[in-house]
Formats: sequence, structure tokens, C-alpha cells
Amino acid sequence: MSKKPQRAPLEYSKSFRLRAWIAGVLLFLYSPLLILIAFSFNDSKRNIVWKGFTFKWYVKVFENDALREALFNSLIIAVLCTIFSVVLGALAAFVLWRFKFPMKGLLESGLNLPIVVPEICMGVGVLMFFNKIHWPNDLPWPISLSQIVIAHITFSFPFVAVVVRARLESFNKELEAAALDLGASQWRAFTDVIVPHMTPGLIAGALLAFTLSLDDFVITFFASGPGTITFPIKVYSMVRFSVTPEVNAASTIIIVLTLIATAVAMKFQDTSPNKENA
Amino acid sequence: MQNWFENKRFFWATMLAPTVWFLAFFVAPMALVWAYSFGENAGPVNIAITGTFGNYAKAFRPEIIQVLSDSVVLAFIATLICLVLAFPVAIAMTFADDKTKSWLLLLIMLPFWTNLLIRTYALIAMMRTEGFINFSFAFFHNIAVSLGFNLGDYVPMELLYNKSAIVIGLVYVHLPFMVLPLYAALDKLDRSLIEASLDLGAGHMTTMWKIVVPLALPGIAAGLVITFIPAMGAYLTPDLLGGPNDLMIATLIERQFKRANDWPFGSALSFILMYVTLIFFALRTFFEARGGKVSAH
Repeated sequence: MSKKPQRAPLEYSKSFRLRAWIAGVLLFLYSPLLILIAFSFNDSKRNIVWKGFTFKWYVKVFENDALREALFNSLIIAVLCTIFSVVLGALAAFVLWRFKFPMKGLLESGLNLPIVVPEICMGVGVLMFFNKIHWPNDLPWPISLSQIVIAHITFSFPFVAVVVRARLESFNKELEAAALDLGASQWRAFTDVIVPHMTPGLIAGALLAFTLSLDDFVITFFASGPGTITFPIKVYSMVRFSVTPEVNAASTIIIVLTLIATAVAMKFQDTSPNKENA
Repeated sequence: MQNWFENKRFFWATMLAPTVWFLAFFVAPMALVWAYSFGENAGPVNIAITGTFGNYAKAFRPEIIQVLSDSVVLAFIATLICLVLAFPVAIAMTFADDKTKSWLLLLIMLPFWTNLLIRTYALIAMMRTEGFINFSFAFFHNIAVSLGFNLGDYVPMELLYNKSAIVIGLVYVHLPFMVLPLYAALDKLDRSLIEASLDLGAGHMTTMWKIVVPLALPGIAAGLVITFIPAMGAYLTPDLLGGPNDLMIATLIERQFKRANDWPFGSALSFILMYVTLIFFALRTFFEARGGKVSAH
């Protein structure tokens, strides 16, 4: 009580104890990742004593055929997943935003399920489904990724739909009416008026789908046929054996990729709220 | 909003693709899991759907109950730790200026965007016997020895492959899930109530316990649910950080499909996990509705 107040009563963020607490939490969250990144540049196999700076683990990652192939597979899957998810997610968002139709509530809440259902359940479902319809396991290379791509699209496009739907809320419906009045066809009004308004949402959704696909382990683990290796699956099998600077380097590459995607996504979401048609 | 029959062709053109995809690749697989959960192994590869409840009954065997209760307990402990860690952070975020606020939000969310496998791997690298934590302890140990304390050789601590490693992993991964709903709830609080409490002579701690926490209760409840659900269903964390006998429900499910090859039982377990998840989500919606009421007054 008698303490001289150095800050306004509600400026809790200036309190020393709170700051120390936050610093502790951030240390907990970041030190493992930062140490992982730091030691990917460490010139020592034993990984724990700093022996000098090197890029050799990165070179090794790119010389490691299996790892490179896995990374390549993951990128192909992520790109395909992104394209399909954006189209399906945008259509789903549009239909739910634009139309009233029977059982709409069911579809709307149903589309939330892939977001909330535990990954393991969906993984199991995908495994049993492809097994049941006797999806061939011995397809040639790019097509052999199709099971994983399908599974990834299924859990990604509802996320895209959520993002795009939020964006559509700021659309002024009179613009579409005006386009139709001025003689545009329904389809033309969609591609020339609505889609441009959606674009920031589409980009944010695309990056979301991309990172979701790149990150996924559990569902891929169940969906992949015996011969297909993606990056997380490869890292998983490497992690099971041991901790090596090579895995650190590979992980750092993925962290950087994700950071870039996130930064771009946030930039687009920042500019998205209804600025142009307020 | 337009009625679908006023513009049928356009409606079908936009509705068909996502709906069909959803039905074919989400609903159908899930229905299959559901159907198989009432089935029996009728040979090495065949499963007959016999309508039996035996797979669900199996879940009540003591060793399975043990795994299920372990999952709940470990996830719950992790959730509580998350709450304790996150609450002060959420308080600071609520009362910080806009710039600090968005920086804190970003810092909390950033690890969340990093690959789960990589984060788990980073923890392993920290906590293994030759890891950074043991290395630091050994370092101080050796200093103490060189100062003349007779401590003997440093014996590395076994930090990994036990239940506490799982809890640490779950906290590490799920902390952002807790911060966001807490922050959302605290941000809606009527600040004049806090000011009134402080004005009337209550200390900061008293105000926190008697004013802020009760008012933020719906948000706290939502945070608990939102953190608990994914923690309970986590697969990678118990798989990589736990010992061979520290199973959680997701690792148990995985075993039914890979090692034990008992798909019907695995399906039943999946649906048990799914039902629990959906019940908790219903709870969350309920808390959110209540939270809306609190802020509206």
C-alpha cells in the first residue's frame, strides 16, 4: 500500500515480476528451437560442444538422396494440396456465404469436423478407406503420392474455407448486384467481382494449406503406401535412431520455409480487413 | 443470401465439388471406421462387420482403462501447467500497448507454426542424456568439483522416455492453445471493475483472485477445453518422448493398426476418442456462449 506507484495501476505489462514470467515462458518456448538451429551450424558430430561454424550439414542434407527425395515429395504434395484446397475451400466458403439451401447447417458444421477431429482418427479413416477401395499401392512415382495428396486436401480445404469465409463477410453484396445489373453473367460477376475481393483470403488460405500439408505427420503416416516417404516421415525415422546435426540442418530448412510462409500469410491478412470497400 | 432454387445452375456449380469431396474423402472414411468398430477379425485380412459391441467392451479391460486414464491424467496435468504459465502472459498482453501486444502474440504463436515433429525433436535434443540440459548441469558439476567439492562423476539425469517427459512435451506444444482464449476473454473484461477494486483498497493479488479470475472464468474454461482436447489425442509427443510402456490413447490406436493388427478394436478406440473430443467441443461452444453474456453486460 505504501509503495510509491511507479506505473499506472493497470499497466501490468510493466510489472517486473510479470516481465520475468514472460521471459521465462519465452525462454521455454524458444530455447530448444534456437539451440537446434544453432547446432545445425556446429562443426562437430557430438553436437553439444561448439567447435566452429560450418555449412557442411546443409551440404550433407542435399547430398542425402533419401532426404532430398523426401523433401521433394513433400513439396510436390504441399503444392498440389494447396491448389486443390484453395479451389474447394473458396467454393465451399462461397456457397455457404451466398446461398440458403436445405441441410446447410449440416454441411456447415460438418465442414468443421476435419478441423476438430483428432489427427489419429482421420489417419485411421484414410488408411481403412484406401484399403477398402483397394487403391493400388504400386503406382508409378508421381501418382503414388495421390493418397497423401487426397488426405491432405481433405483436412486443409476446410481451413481455407474458414479463412475465405471471414474475408467474404466484408464483401459489399451490392457490388455483385451492380455487376449483374450492368449485364454481367453470374459467372462473370463471380470471377471479376467476388474473386478479386476474396484474393487476400485466398492467399492466406493457400499459405495455410501449404504449411498444414508440409507439417503433417500423423495422417501422412497412415495414408502413405509402403514406398512413399515424405519429409516429416523421413525425419521421424531419423529421430527414432539418433539426434544428428544433419537432422538439425534439415529441420532448420523447414523452420525457415514455414516462417516465410507465415510471414507472407500474416502480411496478407493484415491488409485484408475491408479497406477498399468500407 | 439467396435461396438456392433461384439460381440453380450457379448453386450446383459451386456447391457440388466441395460437398462431394467432403462426403467421399471425409464422411465415407469416418463411416467406415465407425462400421468397423462393430466388426471382428474374420481372417488375416478380412473384417466382418457383425454388429458386435465387443470392441467397445474391450476398452473396459483394466490395461486399456489404464491407458485411457493415463491419457486423461497426463493431458490434464499438462493443461493445468499451461494455464498457470499462460495466465500471467495473457494478463500482460491484455494490458499492454498495441505494439507490445501484437509482438507478444506473434512470439507466442510463432512456435505453433513450426512443424510439430521438429519441435518435439528439439525437445529431445535438449533433454537427452547427452543433451543441452545435462551438459549444462555437468558443466556446473565440474566447476563445483574443481572448486574442491567431492561430488564424484556427473551422472546424467534421465529426462526422457518417461511420463514427465510426455507432460513437458505436451505443455511445450500446447501452450499457445491456452494463451489465445485466455487473452480473448481477458480482453473483453470491463476494466472499470478492476479499477474500482483497486480504488476501494484491494491489492493486485486480491483483485486478481476476486475480480479478474471469476469474470474470466468462461475464458479459462474454454482455454482448458481447447488445450485438453488436442493434448489428449496427441500422438507424436507420447510416441517420441514417452517410454515403451507410457502409452496414450493415440499411440494405443496406432498399435492396433500397425503392430497388433486389430483394426476393429482400433476403430472402436478411435471413435471413443472422437466422441470425447466432440463432447468437449460442445462444452467449449457452451462456455463461449456464456462468455459472450458476461462481456455483454
